[in-house]
Amino acid sequence: MVEDVEFTSYYGRPIVKAPPWGHEIALYLFLGGLAGGSTLLGLGAQFTDRPGLRIASRMTAITATGVGGAALVADLGRPERFINMMRVVKVSSPMSLGTWILSGFGVGAGVTFAIELDRVTGEKLLPLGPLRRLLHAMETPAALESALFATPLAAYTAVLLGDTAVPTWNAAGRNGLPYVFVSSASLAAGGAAMALAPVRETGPARLLALMGAAGDVVAMDRMKKRMHPAEVDPMEEGEPGHKLHRAETLLIAGAVGAAAVEVGARVFAKKLDGGAGSGSGLGAGSGLGSGRRSWKTRAVLRAVSVVSGAALAAASAYTRFGMLEAGIDSTKDPRHVVEPQRARREARRAAGITDDSITTGV
Amino acid sequence: MSAPTRDGGAIADGHWHDTTHHRKGFFTDTSICIGCKACEVACKEWNRNPQDGTFELLGSSYDNTGSLGANTWRHVAFIEQDSERIEKARESGRKLVNLGMPSIRPRTDESAGAQPLDGALGAAASGSSGTAGDANGLPSTPPLGIDLLAPGALEPSDPENIAALDTTPPDTADFRWLMSSDVCKHCTHAGCLDVCPTGALFRTEFDTVVVQNDVCNGCGTCVAGCPFGVIERRDDGTINTPTDRDDRKAADMDVPNKNTANKCTLCYDRLVEGQEPACAQTCPTQSIKFGDRDDMVSQAHARVADLHAKGLTEARLYGANPNDGVGGTGSVFLLLDEPEVYGLPPDPRVATKDLPGMFASAGVAALGMVAAAGLAFLGSRR
Ligand code: SF4
Ligand code: SF4
Ligand code: SF4
Repeated sequence: MVEDVEFTSYYGRPIVKAPPWGHEIALYLFLGGLAGGSTLLGLGAQFTDRPGLRIASRMTAITATGVGGAALVADLGRPERFINMMRVVKVSSPMSLGTWILSGFGVGAGVTFAIELDRVTGEKLLPLGPLRRLLHAMETPAALESALFATPLAAYTAVLLGDTAVPTWNAAGRNGLPYVFVSSASLAAGGAAMALAPVRETGPARLLALMGAAGDVVAMDRMKKRMHPAEVDPMEEGEPGHKLHRAETLLIAGAVGAAAVEVGARVFAKKLDGGAGSGSGLGAGSGLGSGRRSWKTRAVLRAVSVVSGAALAAASAYTRFGMLEAGIDSTKDPRHVVEPQRARREARRAAGITDDSITTGV
Repeated sequence: MSAPTRDGGAIADGHWHDTTHHRKGFFTDTSICIGCKACEVACKEWNRNPQDGTFELLGSSYDNTGSLGANTWRHVAFIEQDSERIEKARESGRKLVNLGMPSIRPRTDESAGAQPLDGALGAAASGSSGTAGDANGLPSTPPLGIDLLAPGALEPSDPENIAALDTTPPDTADFRWLMSSDVCKHCTHAGCLDVCPTGALFRTEFDTVVVQNDVCNGCGTCVAGCPFGVIERRDDGTINTPTDRDDRKAADMDVPNKNTANKCTLCYDRLVEGQEPACAQTCPTQSIKFGDRDDMVSQAHARVADLHAKGLTEARLYGANPNDGVGGTGSVFLLLDEPEVYGLPPDPRVATKDLPGMFASAGVAALGMVAAAGLAFLGSRR
């Protein structure tokens, strides 16, 4: 590269500013992905008759949406003006589109949650009367509606970070951050379902988590290779570096666990089926009807499933916190701004393009 | 109005509309800035901006402000340089000329920088640099590192007189002090404006970029969107009125527009009244010039040609090129070294240009996730 790495900065002061985004936004990145992935699992569970997975996924989705939305509002300078986000629909603003995606998503997620709540409480809690039938008739439309917004919800946050002047985020966004984020969302949702729903129903969650884990590793690696070294550094150094490293460790451990549970679930499919009488998946180790040995098998699989599911979800959270913080760190040293910008300018000049520099001699 | 975007990538930017007003802008000529900070003060006073920082000394020459931010909309940078650095700056500036700017004039050879550029110099005569009179008769003696001339103060062709000026530091050839008053660039393709989800940021009839503080909800997206680190959320700050004579303590006043994004408005409130921005009006050297952006750009071109003709090849323009990553800036600067020396990005690019590509990959990623979920259920059929 024809790059003059040495440069004089203005007293080492930052050139671009980090947005005032704290842990709330990182949490939101994680929860948005979790909610999106969970909704897909919930929809699939509904169609394939997996009540435990369905309930667990929908509860996860609505909780993540609620907490994530609250985190988003809390991070505003003027939370009471959150509603101003609804003044415009602006394609050039991922924050604007994201607000609409989250709102659209929340509608369907809210309705399916209400239906689940109604079912769990034996159709007694909500005084709906004749409206109950209407509510339950909405299940499929609402599930489809929220599923329509689910993947955009998981993916847009990568564009939100990418569409900035923050060097590490922008470079990541241009080089495949959306793939990392949807992968991360998949493994988070798969992991959460593995932890919350019975093993015999969470086959799809395990497969989704495994595909997510593979996607995460591949996309992250490709992305880093395509970024300028000065843009990658903040992802490898300091606290963000630790977080992303921890994410990788947890991801691999969780994926190994998920694979083990999947193999176990297939090998011991009979024992699992034999033991599963009840439909409720929220408690651990359902059904004590069959023999002692199958009970043990189920307990071990369940335990591994819970632990590896939690590890996967944690891996996703660490990825989001790590990426958010790496971007913020990348604004602190002007090197991360100047070196990549100079490199690309020199590359263009080397290619004969000399008319697009902001600095001109005449 | 619209500005050419070479790759056609910028989408939905800025709500350009046809107005009766010309686009307004600044030409900040740092070569005649004396670092008096009158602009900083005038801006603070006019806009009632709160205190920035805690009055500590920053150890950066005479700059104890630090940088642009929510409470500082004009910032004067001070840079001290030795002869080696001056030489490097001159060399890097010469290279820029040799790259050629097809839109302005054809490629020239190495020596062109030291020759008068007729067309540009003709324009200089109508510019406010005050140096056009004797441009052709300039001596080829080593020039001073900095042009300290206030408009019309001296004949620039007479180095003896310049050396005799009080304000000229001794040993100018070995040392120079760069001063530059930085400000919001009022970009043609403004990152801050593009990403604002509430519409609080808008494009005025003067084609400037302004925040409506009663609309902004302080989401902070614009802070990340600005390639120049200009806009910021005002999270703290205090205004202290002068201590009252009746032995009362300085009163802490309310911080206006707290927790919303703040930046230079290009004195929108003054412009609508037909007034000049406070910073430009107060500038004693006319280092900050204000006017129609087109005029500003042609004055800038004239000035840089003028300085080059005098051998000051370190002079270069920043923001005058409509093909650059932000479509050119409303605030154009004449710099005497690389932009990064002043804390400016060397190749800023509005992220909106990357947006279509990012949306595309997000779309593919989203479909991939749907497919993965589908496969997950197919793969675990019972
Ligand atoms: S310099 Fe920054 S704050 Fe000013 S208009 Fe451009 S993007 Fe917006
Ligand atoms: S902080 Fe205010 S001006 Fe900036 S993007 Fe958010 S709403 Fe718009
Ligand atoms: S134009 Fe007005 S708001 Fe902007 S820097 Fe000058 S005085 Fe401040």
